[in-house]
Amino acid sequence: MFTRDFLRLTGSALIAHRLRSFLTTLGIAVGIAAVILLTSIGEGIHQFVLAEFTQFGTTIVGINPGKTSTHGASTGVFGTVRPLTLEDAQALQRLPFARAVVPLVQGNAEVEAGNRRRRTTVYGVGAQMPQAFSMQVKSGRFLPADDPSAPRAFAVLGSKLRHELFASENPLGQRLGIGGSRYRIIGVMEEKGTVLGFDLDDTVYIPAARALELFNRDSLFEIDLMYAADVRSETVVKGIRNLLLARHGREDFTITTQEQMLDVLGSILNILTFAVGAIGGISLLVGAIGIGTIMTIAVNERTAEIGVLRALGARRAQVLGLFLGEAMVLAALGGVVGLVAGIGIAQLLHLLLPALPVHTPWLFVILAETVALLIGLAAGVLPARRAAGLDPVEALRGE
Amino acid sequence: MIELHQVHRDFLVGDQTVHALNDINLTITAGEYLSIMGPSGSGKSTLLNLIGLLDRPSSGQYLLDGEDVTTLGDVQQAHTRNRRIGFVFQAFHLVPRLTAAENVELPLILAATPPQERRERVAAALEALNLSDRARHKPEQLSGGQRQRIAIARATITEPAVLLADEPTGNLDHQSGGDVIETLERLNRRAITLIVVTHDAELGARASRRILMRDGRIESDKRTDRA
Repeated sequence: MFTRDFLRLTGSALIAHRLRSFLTTLGIAVGIAAVILLTSIGEGIHQFVLAEFTQFGTTIVGINPGKTSTHGASTGVFGTVRPLTLEDAQALQRLPFARAVVPLVQGNAEVEAGNRRRRTTVYGVGAQMPQAFSMQVKSGRFLPADDPSAPRAFAVLGSKLRHELFASENPLGQRLGIGGSRYRIIGVMEEKGTVLGFDLDDTVYIPAARALELFNRDSLFEIDLMYAADVRSETVVKGIRNLLLARHGREDFTITTQEQMLDVLGSILNILTFAVGAIGGISLLVGAIGIGTIMTIAVNERTAEIGVLRALGARRAQVLGLFLGEAMVLAALGGVVGLVAGIGIAQLLHLLLPALPVHTPWLFVILAETVALLIGLAAGVLPARRAAGLDPVEALRGE
Repeated sequence: MIELHQVHRDFLVGDQTVHALNDINLTITAGEYLSIMGPSGSGKSTLLNLIGLLDRPSSGQYLLDGEDVTTLGDVQQAHTRNRRIGFVFQAFHLVPRLTAAENVELPLILAATPPQERRERVAAALEALNLSDRARHKPEQLSGGQRQRIAIARATITEPAVLLADEPTGNLDHQSGGDVIETLERLNRRAITLIVVTHDAELGARASRRILMRDGRIESDKRTDRA
């Protein structure tokens, strides 16, 4: 039998029961649309979160004091841990692959300028921070590369803090009081926006040594190291570990690469996408049952036709193929309708709620259509086998 | 061309074995016009289904053109039905959603005949039966006699050597029944072997060879030489 004739016969059977075929198709369409819509949202969120994280660059390694056996925040036993010091940072600077090293101390403090006061996040950092985190200075300049242990009292403002404190005035050269000490403002950062709820613009950057003093600490929170893009992260981790082991005598620090973080994050987000997709899959299952039911009814209604086809010279395999074909055409049509509907609704949602990121990868589209076809196959196989297995004499008597 | 040797066909009904065909020996030569008559349950339909390869004998041998077809697999059986055997049923059994022409075309579609050749042969077959103006009609738009003639066109489109008709006039009035018989006999005159199963004594008597069956056995086998 030619493919065209096969499709014509299949099509004529489906068209003969338009309403029934339409409703069955709709069942699969709803399922596929649900899967596509939910995974589109899941994938959109995935990409959104990853973009938030990678905006600081991907060739970054974070070193935290303390050692924990799992990745993440280091809640090491502080009593037995040597502090991460500015000298450690300086030593790391000398590693051949280090492009930028940023010591980091963070805290909250009240800042004042003129007669305005505001509680804000104070970051003690190094001169290379803009380079390491791909941040831009909007006006003035960033903290200079002073002697790390005795830096001058300069401050750089985040864009929001600048507006809050100085409104339309030019802040450059103005004085800023932080925790009783005086700083001179030498720069303002470009806007960076909010990352996972942290406002990166409501900040002030001061030299790390001064922040340690301000918050009365002897250890840095973290040292971030940006390495050359052509060096493998394993090499970087090994280099850092050896250096710090030599300096500290034992491994009382944790090294976290951006890669590791992104891997963990990525796998969590993948599970999320998969989970919502699976929820949509339940409705697909219902659609599959619909196809199975309709095909069973069709085989019952058309036993005489099956007998005639056999009498006219149809092989069992041809009968099987015809009924399987009908089930698969129903499922494939439902799949296409569902894809269009799912992508359409996802885009519409994005249009109505621009904050909701939406993304439909081609892989999902192809996967969804393949799943639809497989569902048709699975749902059709039992009724089709029954049709092919009918005794032609019995089938002809059946009317 | 058709030879049946010691053919038995047993059915299991409940826990009882019914001998639908009991030691049938029958030889039919090419071009014969044969009627099979007998009361209900005498096994005449079973015999027809067996000759048509829709059923297999429980034991015995069936030779079609000298070839043993009892042991053929599904694919070869289907091929044999398609090319060498035509069926006409009491209930016509046209596919309701297909047009008359498409119904006639079905055996050629199953045999993967090229579309151009199909169109020509279907058109010729409908023309021969004076049904060209009904080609695009669905079965429900046709009279009983027209439906059965479409079914005959379908059964003969692959030019089979044998045409099997099971009560071909059973669902028809006298007039259209006559038309259908006329059509079948015209085919027989053009050398097709025609086997008709019927209850109708008048119809059965028209055949040149008449077989009477009872309880799964051939009771009588009469021939008249036709002029």
